[in-house]
Amino acid sequence: MKPGFLSQNPSVLWFLAALGLFTLGVTVLAEATGTGALSTSFVKTLGKTLCLCLIAIAMDVVWGYCGILSLGHFAFFGIGGYAIGMWLMYARTEAIVSESMAAAVIPPTDQEVIDAIGTQIFGVVGSSEFPVIWAFSDSLFLQLLMVVLIPGLLALVFGWLAFRSRVTGVYLSILTQAMTLALSLYLFQNDSGLRGNNGLSGLQNIPGFEDTPQSMISIAFFWASALALGLGYLLFAFVTSGKMGSVIRGIRDDEARVRFLGYHVESYKLFVFTLTAVIAGIAGALYYPQAGIINPAEIAPIASIYLAVWVAIGGRGRLYGAVIGAAFVSLLSSWFTGGGAPNVNLGVYTIQWTDWWLVLLGLSFVAVTLFAPKGIGGLFDAIAVRRTPERVGDYGPDKGALRQEEGTE
Amino acid sequence: MFRTILIILAVCLAAPSIASAQDLQSILQSHQKLVAKPSAKTVGTVLDDLAASGLSGTADFLERWRNKELWVRTEDGLFFYTTADGSDLTLLDIDTGETVGTAIKKDLKQIRPNGGVRKAIASALVQFQLSDPDIARRTAAVDAIARAMTADQLAPLQAAIDNEPDAALKARKTRLAGMLAASFADTTEARVAAIQALSDDISVDVRAVLNQILTTKRATAAALPEGANIAAQLTVGQDISETEAYAMLVDADLAPARVSASDILSALTANASDGRVADTPVGTLNTLEARAKVYDTLAAAGTVPTRITDAEAQRLIETHVYFDAYIEKDPAITQAARLALDGIETRVAVSQAADLTLDALSLASIYFLAAIGLAVTFGVMGVINMAHGEFIMMGAYTGYVVQLFIPNYTASIIVALPLAFAVTFAAGVAMERLVIRWLYHRPLETLLATFGISIALQQLAKNIFGTQARPLTSPAWLDGAWVINDVIAISYIRIAIFVLALIFLALIVWILRKTRLGLEVRAVTQNPGMAASMGINPDRINMLTFGLGSGIAGIAGVAIGLYAKVTSEMGADYIVQSFMTVVVGGVGNVWGTLAGATMIGFLQKGIEWFNPSNTLAAQTYMILFIILFIQFRPKGIVALKGRAAGD
Amino acid sequence: MSTLLEMSGVSVSFDGFKAINNLSFQIGEPELRAIIGPNGAGKTTFMDIITGKTKPDEGRVLWGDKGTSLLGRSESQIARAGIGRKFQKPTVFEAQTVRENIAMALKNSRGPFDVLFYRKTAEGAARIEAVAKEVGLTEELPRPAGELSHGKKQWLEIGMLLAQDPRLLLVDEPAAGMTPAEREHTTDLLKRMAETRAVVVVEHDMEFVRRLNCKVTVLHEGSVLAEGSLDHVTANQDVIDVYLGR
Repeated sequence: MKPGFLSQNPSVLWFLAALGLFTLGVTVLAEATGTGALSTSFVKTLGKTLCLCLIAIAMDVVWGYCGILSLGHFAFFGIGGYAIGMWLMYARTEAIVSESMAAAVIPPTDQEVIDAIGTQIFGVVGSSEFPVIWAFSDSLFLQLLMVVLIPGLLALVFGWLAFRSRVTGVYLSILTQAMTLALSLYLFQNDSGLRGNNGLSGLQNIPGFEDTPQSMISIAFFWASALALGLGYLLFAFVTSGKMGSVIRGIRDDEARVRFLGYHVESYKLFVFTLTAVIAGIAGALYYPQAGIINPAEIAPIASIYLAVWVAIGGRGRLYGAVIGAAFVSLLSSWFTGGGAPNVNLGVYTIQWTDWWLVLLGLSFVAVTLFAPKGIGGLFDAIAVRRTPERVGDYGPDKGALRQEEGTE
Repeated sequence: MFRTILIILAVCLAAPSIASAQDLQSILQSHQKLVAKPSAKTVGTVLDDLAASGLSGTADFLERWRNKELWVRTEDGLFFYTTADGSDLTLLDIDTGETVGTAIKKDLKQIRPNGGVRKAIASALVQFQLSDPDIARRTAAVDAIARAMTADQLAPLQAAIDNEPDAALKARKTRLAGMLAASFADTTEARVAAIQALSDDISVDVRAVLNQILTTKRATAAALPEGANIAAQLTVGQDISETEAYAMLVDADLAPARVSASDILSALTANASDGRVADTPVGTLNTLEARAKVYDTLAAAGTVPTRITDAEAQRLIETHVYFDAYIEKDPAITQAARLALDGIETRVAVSQAADLTLDALSLASIYFLAAIGLAVTFGVMGVINMAHGEFIMMGAYTGYVVQLFIPNYTASIIVALPLAFAVTFAAGVAMERLVIRWLYHRPLETLLATFGISIALQQLAKNIFGTQARPLTSPAWLDGAWVINDVIAISYIRIAIFVLALIFLALIVWILRKTRLGLEVRAVTQNPGMAASMGINPDRINMLTFGLGSGIAGIAGVAIGLYAKVTSEMGADYIVQSFMTVVVGGVGNVWGTLAGATMIGFLQKGIEWFNPSNTLAAQTYMILFIILFIQFRPKGIVALKGRAAGD
Repeated sequence: MSTLLEMSGVSVSFDGFKAINNLSFQIGEPELRAIIGPNGAGKTTFMDIITGKTKPDEGRVLWGDKGTSLLGRSESQIARAGIGRKFQKPTVFEAQTVRENIAMALKNSRGPFDVLFYRKTAEGAARIEAVAKEVGLTEELPRPAGELSHGKKQWLEIGMLLAQDPRLLLVDEPAAGMTPAEREHTTDLLKRMAETRAVVVVEHDMEFVRRLNCKVTVLHEGSVLAEGSLDHVTANQDVIDVYLGR
């Protein structure tokens, strides 16, 4: 990182300071480390929210900065979750199985232990064999590698295919949506090797920390999530500043022009797409141990669209906007759907927010798109001392794939 | 038994002349004990006599006897049918069916034939019924034979063919007799001839008969047995695994059972004491090799049976042959059956291909209906409408609501189609005016805004109609299926949807090519600025186009609702496929959408055919294929060089 | 003056319409060349072929001293080889400052990782200043490009081309929509650039071409109709027929 990077981007420091304060505050109020004003489950919710903020800034970079409306980043998030979930589930089942087998007169062979684990894990889908994709599940290191490698490779291959054939705009969005759908449908099958629609469960139990209370584990994951968000923010702030940021935003606004300047646009898109996919995978790997369960429904295309909604509401093209959007909407959403919001009695009809929240969200999202394209983040412009200039360019390319008249008009 | 049949036939032919010679009651009284306390062994005499009597009430009597409706009066041993009359019974004469008095229940005894007797009665009944004057009964009798074919049905059935007056039923009888003959005829020649006669019939029951003849049993022996009708000899390692081969040997008592790993484990566990097994500490027994060694020690001491070594097992496997032998001993028959079945299977495959094509066509027409509205809006306005699926849903719910008010299904569908169009047209126009108009040239934001509308509409539908599926019932004349043969069948609803798709294809092509609106739409598509300067109002065109696209979605919703469930999520089920259809087909082109729908429909059915157990996998592979397809045809199938399609 | 770009026998057709028909063209280094022609003569397609946007059906396009083929190379490779293009409509990155626009065009390594770890240098800054001075935008350096006037956007785009330091410059109707004063400035700019490199100017406006005072190539229906000084080609009967006779 070049010197002066932070001084040129004061908002990064502000953000890191705010994140640090928030982390400190939660630590002081948490059950394990402080007064206990915040319940363990709420600390988990906050930790999960931080992970969602991390994937939201990844989404912001790929969409708000680079103009690729990916409807597939939640798939990478899910893959990260599955990768870590496989180890968590394997290691924990191994501990349980070894314990129960220790009672036998004759000690079990290694194969017997593995078979027993297989029966435990895959009993629900009527199998006991370990599928090939579980080959590394006994190694934490290798599975952590998978968290990064699988989303990265998938993004690399998919992106290479898509960008190479110059699919852009809504076409690309639909293609990424199709990819996500294919992945979730695949995972829904029982013979996918990942327990079909049962998904992976019991992920909140961390092997080796059986005796540590969940309150402690939750705050530890909260810290890890905060750290990951901070580092992710720094990384993306670095990527989107300077010349790289300039080129990426150039690609968003006029891809053909960047190409005629001699930049290989496809490589840049691929770089951004893959990098954000990897970060999404990491966010997922931190999220799901806090959620405790992952199943294919989490990967469904709708999740990725919600991600876009968060970023749009928070404000595209600025990293803190994405964070605000993700935190605001996801917390609000769990408040409304969790029955936290009071019902509104209209006399003839009582609005129950568990039923009406999605209607409200959908319509307010339309309203944000129409009336406040800058999102919540736009408010910061109003209070900022140095008003950032009105953007004149458009968000993203104008038409679909392969425009014949690119740049000539 | 055969004798009985001949007698029945004689009786049937001459029935009127001797019908009144006797009455049932007197025949029954001559066998009073056997009727009142029937047993499977003795009932035959009664049945024979009844058959010989040729009385018209015999079949009715047999049926009632079997159904435990016959009562005997304790006092004089006479038989009656009864009807309940309060706690008493009204007695009916078994010959005339007339009321002859009442009695209290304990004076009579119900005759309850046991299962074996009932079976014998039923069999005799079939013979009567096959020649019954009532066609419904004859049909029922034929159905009964078809359900459970046995050897003894062959003769009565064959005998009942010639005098069958109804041509259709006669054909059925002949066919059934052919199937029975293939399995049960007395001579090899007769069976082979019957089998050959079956070879141009692809129906499921004929295939079942042939497969029955071709049933094999897997066996092993030191050498191929003499006189056995061998279907195939099996090669170990190729047709069957070594484990399977050895298991067969064990089952046939040709080899001792092998001691498995779990046997060893239980033997060791049983012989463990003080933490040791045969002086070996149990702690070291955590590998299969260590366990086997200790087991052998135990075996040497005679505590447990000796293990068969791998080499010995191998030798045993190699010194035996493994084969599938036909149960049917006569090779001429199995050969004929095999030949016939092969021929039939080829024809079945052809029919299946035809059936698959029909299925694919119907799926394609559904995708076409679902996607064409999207294609119109996308093509003309460059707008991706994520709420398109919800318009489909809205159309389906419109149909549902109409059916709540108009109970006549035909009338309600006729009302629902235009109403669904009107409702979704209005919704589309409203959405265009309120939202989309402000977002032109920002396609990604349009995509997201329409997505917002989509989740709001979906939840709204959930709040109004609940989460459970709502029925949209098709009129009775659309029930059932058009059955071409046992393999090819397509339901009328799917045909109707196909026709609807064709109508819409024609309608849209007509609108775009022959009407003023179509001309203006094409003008706006190609050059909005120029069109505006020619006095066309692009706003109006966009609004109408969007309305049209949404309206078609509404009609598609009614059509889809007729054969699938109506739920708030039904739109979401079709939206991705609709996008795929549009993208694969090529944007802004009706023919492209048609080509896309056809390709996706055929592709999905084709993949499902390869992997029939798993529609999820089929969809996964289809999407992957589409992603690859986009690589080679980024602009879709149509939308190639040349403006051949013109719209 | 050595040959920098040579096209020979190039044809391309769209949907059966021959946009370029057996076109041959040569330009040396340094040279200033104007290309004129009526609408549909194939001027834009001609530039598309050189910059790699359109693949010709047949013919050769050779580049540089060694005469390597440009066919089959991507747009960005061709741009890196030293061919810059200015579009008819000014296309600058309006959301970014003039400085960022020029910095992006600056001749440097174009790989994603080189760009990611690119460090601002004094030399680079000096180069940006120099380019800005050349096109008269020194004052505007920190302003977003979107705020510039139409003419200044055109200059910024020319400035970006300069920063790219190409050997061949393709300029599409640079003077369209400019005030007379701006036109004059643009003419000077182009002439000055042509002192050290090859510049091809596609233009409609005869007056502007006359002021450039260079060799002129007349395109018609996808092939070269005439070539020479402006006076020479305007005296050509074919050219008169094409321009006035229909």
